[in-house]
Amino acid sequence: MSNLPDDLRYTSEHEYVKLTDDPAIVEIGITDYAQGELGDIVFVSLPSVGDTFEEGDSFGTIEAVKAVSELYSPMGSEVVEINEHLDSDPSAINRDPYGEGWMVRLKMNEPADLERLMEVDAYKKHVGEE
Amino acid sequence: MQSIAPWTSSGRFTMQEHGRDGNMTELAEQARSRAALASQHNGRDGNMTDIAEQVQHREAFASRHNGPRDADIREMLEALGYQSLDALMDAVVPDSIRMQAPLDLPPAQPEEVVLESMRALAAKNDVFRSYIGMGYSDTFTPPVILRNILENPGWYTAYTPYQAEISQGRMEALLNFQTVIADLTGLSCANASLLDEGTAAAEAMHMTVAVTRKRGDLRFLVDENCHPQTIAIVETRAHARGITVDVADPATFTFDDTTLGALLQYPASDGRVADYQELCRAAHEAKALVTVAADLLSLTLLKPPGEWGADIVVGNSQRFGVPLGYGGPHAAFFATDEQYKRSMPGRIIGMSKDAQGRPALRMALQTREQHIRRDKATSNICTAQVLLAVMAGMYAVYHGPEGLRRIARRVHGLAKALAHGLRGNGISVKHDAFFDTVAVDVSEETAAKVHAAAVARSVNLRPLSPTSIGIALDERTTTADVAGLLGIFGIETSEAEVVQMAGGAPAAIPSKLERTSGYLEHPVFHRYRSETEMLRYLKRLENKDLSLTAAMIPLGSCTMKLNATAEMIPITWKGFAGPHPFAPRDQLQGYAELFTRLESQLAEITGFDAVSLQPNAGSQGEFSGLLTILAYQQHRGEQQRTDCLIPMSAHGTNPASAVMAGMKVVPVKSDANGNIDVDDLRAKAEAHADTLGALMVTYPSTHGVFEASIKDICDIVHQYGGQVYMDGANMNAQVGLCRPGDIGADVCHLNLHKTFCIPHGGGGPGVGPIGVKAHLAPYLPTNPVIPVGGEEPCGTVSAAPWGSAAVLPISQAYLELMGPDGLTEATRIAILNANYIAQRLKDYFPLLYAGANGLVAHECILDARPFKSTAGIEVEDVAKRIIDYSFHPPTISFPVPGTMMVEPTESESKEELDRFCDALIAIREEIREIENGTADREDNLLKNSPHTLDEVAADEWTHPYSRERAGFPIPETRIAKLWPAVGRVDGAYGDRHLVCVCQPMEAYVEV
Repeated sequence: MSNLPDDLRYTSEHEYVKLTDDPAIVEIGITDYAQGELGDIVFVSLPSVGDTFEEGDSFGTIEAVKAVSELYSPMGSEVVEINEHLDSDPSAINRDPYGEGWMVRLKMNEPADLERLMEVDAYKKHVGEE
Repeated sequence: MQSIAPWTSSGRFTMQEHGRDGNMTELAEQARSRAALASQHNGRDGNMTDIAEQVQHREAFASRHNGPRDADIREMLEALGYQSLDALMDAVVPDSIRMQAPLDLPPAQPEEVVLESMRALAAKNDVFRSYIGMGYSDTFTPPVILRNILENPGWYTAYTPYQAEISQGRMEALLNFQTVIADLTGLSCANASLLDEGTAAAEAMHMTVAVTRKRGDLRFLVDENCHPQTIAIVETRAHARGITVDVADPATFTFDDTTLGALLQYPASDGRVADYQELCRAAHEAKALVTVAADLLSLTLLKPPGEWGADIVVGNSQRFGVPLGYGGPHAAFFATDEQYKRSMPGRIIGMSKDAQGRPALRMALQTREQHIRRDKATSNICTAQVLLAVMAGMYAVYHGPEGLRRIARRVHGLAKALAHGLRGNGISVKHDAFFDTVAVDVSEETAAKVHAAAVARSVNLRPLSPTSIGIALDERTTTADVAGLLGIFGIETSEAEVVQMAGGAPAAIPSKLERTSGYLEHPVFHRYRSETEMLRYLKRLENKDLSLTAAMIPLGSCTMKLNATAEMIPITWKGFAGPHPFAPRDQLQGYAELFTRLESQLAEITGFDAVSLQPNAGSQGEFSGLLTILAYQQHRGEQQRTDCLIPMSAHGTNPASAVMAGMKVVPVKSDANGNIDVDDLRAKAEAHADTLGALMVTYPSTHGVFEASIKDICDIVHQYGGQVYMDGANMNAQVGLCRPGDIGADVCHLNLHKTFCIPHGGGGPGVGPIGVKAHLAPYLPTNPVIPVGGEEPCGTVSAAPWGSAAVLPISQAYLELMGPDGLTEATRIAILNANYIAQRLKDYFPLLYAGANGLVAHECILDARPFKSTAGIEVEDVAKRIIDYSFHPPTISFPVPGTMMVEPTESESKEELDRFCDALIAIREEIREIENGTADREDNLLKNSPHTLDEVAADEWTHPYSRERAGFPIPETRIAKLWPAVGRVDGAYGDRHLVCVCQPMEAYVEV
């Protein structure tokens, strides 16, 4: 069973959204379930600080040895920080998806958008790990 | 089962149809009359039919090509519960699509006769000494390379190195090639080859789009002094993607926000050597990339483009020991800077390490490729030109940097002598700076005289224009040849005078463009100078790899059938290997006849009206077919029809090709049985009724099943204004039983390297001709130098008019050896073999899909997914364990992740099929041991596979199972076994630390 913390929000694209001290800013990464499915991650392509996205826009890609997956912005947002460490150590996503393996911090256009994302139970159902 | 070749005993061979007149018929007559005489003299032999059979017997090649014997076939049918092959075919192939009449092809001929027929064709090619250049220069293939690589099934029958552990030999050879390319171009990263120089330049343009991320109306600048075929291909590709190409003099290039980049030729097509450093600076200021199409040999003397600002360097490596072959196959190269590696097209060999930490090679960064990334791939290319890249790399290994430099200096020196001699006699030489190509300006009258004089001496020069002539020298040019060339211009000289001219000529390479940097410093380019050492190096590499010479390669969707020796022998004959692709057509009557025969026979087999042999890979066939369809739609005023329906089960190349053709991909669902969901197809076709351009469909399906609904599917697409593109990857299940043209396809590509016996070469060459219905024939692709194809061609897709002409004799020989009955029998046996395997294994590995009556077509998908939860075993563990049994694993995780697709082909005997099934059954038992707790869940035979010899023989052994079970799982492996050169290769490590050139020797000791 995957490690799916109950204090996070989830998307159907297997990303998690973590709240930060700033109510307008969230941290995005992929779930433990997703990293397990992808296998050894070898490369992550991330956006630049200041880039803006609509909900559902692709903001990057994540590459494993035999699979590649797009990353989608869970809400309208602007990139305020990216995890540059992933460039030299993409395996951090496999080791610690919710910690060292975070990918971007986004400033939400509309913080209320958070409410539309899945809570842990709904995501567990989504991945068939109830 | 009756004999499979009824004509063998009936004396039905008639050779007149092919113009291979009468010899054999006369012989048959003589034998017949002798037989009649004999029976008169000898009363015991009264039965004339018996005697005729005895003395006229010609061995039918089909029984050599096909694996199972008659008794085997009976047993296999019995296991499947069928009375006859006919009954099995009736149960497998839907009645609605079956051919009603046999193939209308000439009857089979024995090997001896076909070889004679090929020899007669080769003799009809008048091989002139060509000084045409244009990216193709004559070369001398070192015989040690010719015989031990090009003519050696150990190299040419291997597959793309997907299974790294049993492919280390050719991957080392490819790493050598990549190192040659990186060193000579002055860039840090090179791939393992592309199809030809023109397509490599077009790929560079696509990569430029991806890297620069410019949007809007974009321009790509092309040097007017590029080779014309390269310009034509770039224009064709750019047009499909809505990019404007400006062909102009580089001196006039201006770069702005709308400029993607520029393509230059170095040295230029007419020989000129120029400095583009400033141009590169201007391009980079505007965030544009510069691609340079370069001549590899010249880069041993010229400052490499990577040192003067080029971002991408492409070219043809043919002159490194690969025969001209009337246009191919040759390995094109592609190099770029490290920072762009993830946008680079094609296959890349990279260094990684194995489970024991030893250095190991593998294909790197595969996520760029179409089989994973589909419509977002960097390119639609699958096949590279591995066999030819291996040859070119080995040419550099054998000659080394000093040898290459010596060859280059000789060619350059002779070019200088030629220019000097011409100038000295008042002929105007176009450029002061050149490498091996001298262009002259003359009057129209003189030009005509010179060309006529050349032809009289069996020499081809290049008509650059009505008033200029190009003369490109090569490795084989001698002082006598230069004297002869001067003679063509009416200048009588001796060889000694040519030597003097070379000495007296002014420098022709500007000092600032002289190469000062070293290259090929790695030991591998210094170690193998004697033929003995070279031979052993080649053998050492060959022996690391599993080819068809060792065991069956049951790769689903790849059709690894016999590449018969008789089919292979002609391709290195001078008549086929010698001609320059742009030699005048009238010199190549043999090739012309070969193309006519092959085109008409392929048209008959596929049920089409016209065939283009130009596409030099399956992916190229797809691209050409879609362009042909788009041109047709445009012609009838429906240019908005650019949507392309593609089933989700399709191979990733389909969506990648559609995107390259400028089409929009609309996915179609599959139903629970893996078939196309006809309702979804109808809904999508209806929803896109105004914009539907085409459907791409593989038949039999990617899942290896004859879908009964195929005719309805084609009808629906036609009803809504679309055309049907059939992917012929699975044609091996159709030949003689049904035809794409009858089923409803408008165009179909054939993988000659699958169904029609061209060997896979370890990952290329491939050949992907397309067949079309008459309404599409006017749009077939052309060539700007030698026009071919339709009257309103869709463009140019390959550099040479007939693509990889030199390997086409292989397919033609196959057709002549097999005849209509033999070809059909091959299909029937291919289907029998696949069903036999499915039957034997289905209780051990669930059979994923089947068609009517629980039968498959020519391949079957075995499910390994259940073992993940029961034993922690993944499909890759099963595949790697198969290597311990000395087999090549099947295709894994295509078309369905976690499964294995097995395609035995008709060429494997029942004995080999049984051996393979026994191995898989034994592996299933090994999994059972994990399931029931007898074996450890982590430390077991599968997880640790494949096992290397040094591991099994080491003093230390810590695993809970025996060394014997690890290394010799079945008794036969003691008698014959191919040990994997390395243990399980760590894919992730290599992708995180890409190394794609030869490393210092320390790296081989420790990673």
